[in-house]
Amino acid sequence: MIRLPLVLFFSAALFSIGVYGVLARRNAVLILMSIELMLNAVNINLIGFSNLWKDLAGQVFALFVIAVAAAEVGIGLAIVILVYRNRETINVNEVNLLKW
Amino acid sequence: MVGALLHQAEGAAEAVAGSPGLAKYAWVVPLLPLLSAPLIMFFGKRLPGKGWILGVGSVGAAFLLSLGILWHFVENGFGIYAASVDWFKIGPLQMTLGEYVDGLTAVMLVVVTAVSLCVHIYSIGYMHGDKRFTWFYVVLSMFTAAMLNVVIADNLFQLLVGWEVMGVCSYLLIGHWWEEHVNSSSAIKAFLTTRIGDVPFMFGIFVLIAATGFTTSNIQEIGHIVAGGAISPAVVSIAALLLFGGTIGKSAQFPLHVWLPDAMAGPTPVSALIHAATMVAAGVYLVGRMYEVFIHANPWVLQVVGIVGGITMVGAALLGLVQDDIKRVLAYSTVSQLAYMVTLMSAGPAGRDAAFFHLFTHAFFKALLFLGSGSVIHACHTNNMSEMGGLRKKMPVTFWTFLIGSLALAGLPPLAGFWSKDELLVAASKGHEVVFVIMLATAVITAFYTIRMVMQTFTGEYRGHGHPHESPLSMTGPLVALAGATLFVGFLGAGPAKAVFFDWVFFEEPELVELVPWIALLSIAAATLGVVAGYLVYRRWRDPDPVRAMGPVSTLLEHKYYLDDIYWKGIIKPIRDPLSAAVYWTNQKILDGAVNGAARAAREAGDGVQVVDKNVIDGAVNGLGQVTGFTGGLLRYLQSGNVQRYAAFLFGGVVILAVIFTRI
Repeated sequence: MIRLPLVLFFSAALFSIGVYGVLARRNAVLILMSIELMLNAVNINLIGFSNLWKDLAGQVFALFVIAVAAAEVGIGLAIVILVYRNRETINVNEVNLLKW
Repeated sequence: MVGALLHQAEGAAEAVAGSPGLAKYAWVVPLLPLLSAPLIMFFGKRLPGKGWILGVGSVGAAFLLSLGILWHFVENGFGIYAASVDWFKIGPLQMTLGEYVDGLTAVMLVVVTAVSLCVHIYSIGYMHGDKRFTWFYVVLSMFTAAMLNVVIADNLFQLLVGWEVMGVCSYLLIGHWWEEHVNSSSAIKAFLTTRIGDVPFMFGIFVLIAATGFTTSNIQEIGHIVAGGAISPAVVSIAALLLFGGTIGKSAQFPLHVWLPDAMAGPTPVSALIHAATMVAAGVYLVGRMYEVFIHANPWVLQVVGIVGGITMVGAALLGLVQDDIKRVLAYSTVSQLAYMVTLMSAGPAGRDAAFFHLFTHAFFKALLFLGSGSVIHACHTNNMSEMGGLRKKMPVTFWTFLIGSLALAGLPPLAGFWSKDELLVAASKGHEVVFVIMLATAVITAFYTIRMVMQTFTGEYRGHGHPHESPLSMTGPLVALAGATLFVGFLGAGPAKAVFFDWVFFEEPELVELVPWIALLSIAAATLGVVAGYLVYRRWRDPDPVRAMGPVSTLLEHKYYLDDIYWKGIIKPIRDPLSAAVYWTNQKILDGAVNGAARAAREAGDGVQVVDKNVIDGAVNGLGQVTGFTGGLLRYLQSGNVQRYAAFLFGGVVILAVIFTRI
């Protein structure tokens, strides 16, 4: 039986890595992967509390999040491919038309 | 609506005759043209015929109804039918609108509607193509309504209303072709001159009503009160004299006759209707209608009436001699013939009735003469007889009808003019010898200038330009109708033919009319003398005209006794010049000053408003815009386009919110 604080620490570490990746990476694909990390950190939290309260609803939510994350990555990668075709790059610093 | 009111009031009506019959509906007669006038005005231009159908239709219906009323009286005996509705109240004085129908009213209704109908029909041809054709019919209808209102009015105020509306219509019609300055000044002259008479007339009404103690304005009641002797003769005399002022103006008597010849500037049908047959007769009608007042005044009042009439009679006839304008000849003859009627008003009830008979016949033959002259003018495009001549062959219908009218005017039997003049002479022969002699002299002059007019116009060689031809049927038709009337209406009052007219129109008691042989012979002799002399002098065209070659006499006549010059230099200029100077000064200094001052004040105020507008209101709006723009300029740098910076803000915000919420 894994204790809850360990789970939460792990989840928080994972989330922080994800945030760092989203803010610091320039490659759009890596940013998408970092978002995956953040989503999975949430999943771990859900499962941890599901285990604590002995309630399966948390795990069901986690399954939904996985499905939604898959769809989101599909759309995200499609956008990245289109950006690449148009701009010959997937560096988000260079995709900055929408500004003042 | 009006009908219902009228029937309500009938309880109080004073009906003397057996059954009123159609007389009950006499008020419809003026109503018909009164309604058609606005109808023509608003819809005339869109109707076929541009409005004449409405005009002729309404007047024709009025004519038929008038004939019906007269016929009812002839069948059932003449009486009086009066009815009225309340109009408004001033203090104790109740104003009414009403009808007063007796034989005189019935006859007058027929005369006015008959002449008006002829003129309406005639104008279809005469005014054809005129640019104010529809308007012409509007005013013609309005005039007819006003005259009919004068005829049936049962009280003085209603009469005054019709009287004044007639004046306005006369003004409008004289100035119908106002583009020419002569016409508009003639219109103004006619209006102002008759107004000089209208003012005393109005005061005469006031005097009479005041004398009754402000109880009534009803003509009949005033007549009863005056006849009863309740008002002192001095007051009655003043009232009668003031009323006669209205007659002098409207019926163009000396010294206010000067407007009528100038009124010939109007279209000829107008001259026939207004300035020959109807409106100018209204003055005579007024004296006859208010006759109680005149005969109960001091005797000198009727003497004044007689003197004015006598002077006008001869003076106007002499002026008719020297005119070259065919319409002016007729105008002076109208003045002269009206003076016959006015003069005979001074000869007692018999004279009054004879005067009305002359009014009756004169309306027909003078309308005929005017319409005939219009036909000639229409063909020759000139009013001057010196540019006519020889039209007998070219315009046969006009010639023969005009000849009938002329001989009637000259007073030859058996035409209408002979019989009525004969009655006038008979009435004058009973104690008014001076009048009798003046009338005979005038008859000679009248016959002379009438024949001069006929000869100059219709015989000899044509002296004008162009090719005159007979007028259209719409013009010759009324001529023939009026010529027929001229031939026959005389017998209505002829002594040998029972003289039914004097059973219709009478004052107190019907007159016994007999033909006095020596008077009739004298009358025929006078007329024949004038006719023969005229024929001999004007058998062929003479240049210069003999009547213009009589030295100082001709000069005096051609200058119309210098009356116009005296009025101009003695009255109009002394009043007009200081007045116009004063008006000019007032205009320049006071009115213009006020207007300019107001404009300047408005401009100053405008400047002030502009300053406020620019600095305060515009400043606020612009300032708001600038502040917004400045702030936006600063904030836009946040919109960097860098997704990760946005995400950083997002996370930063979440962290801050998390801190805040955990604190709480």
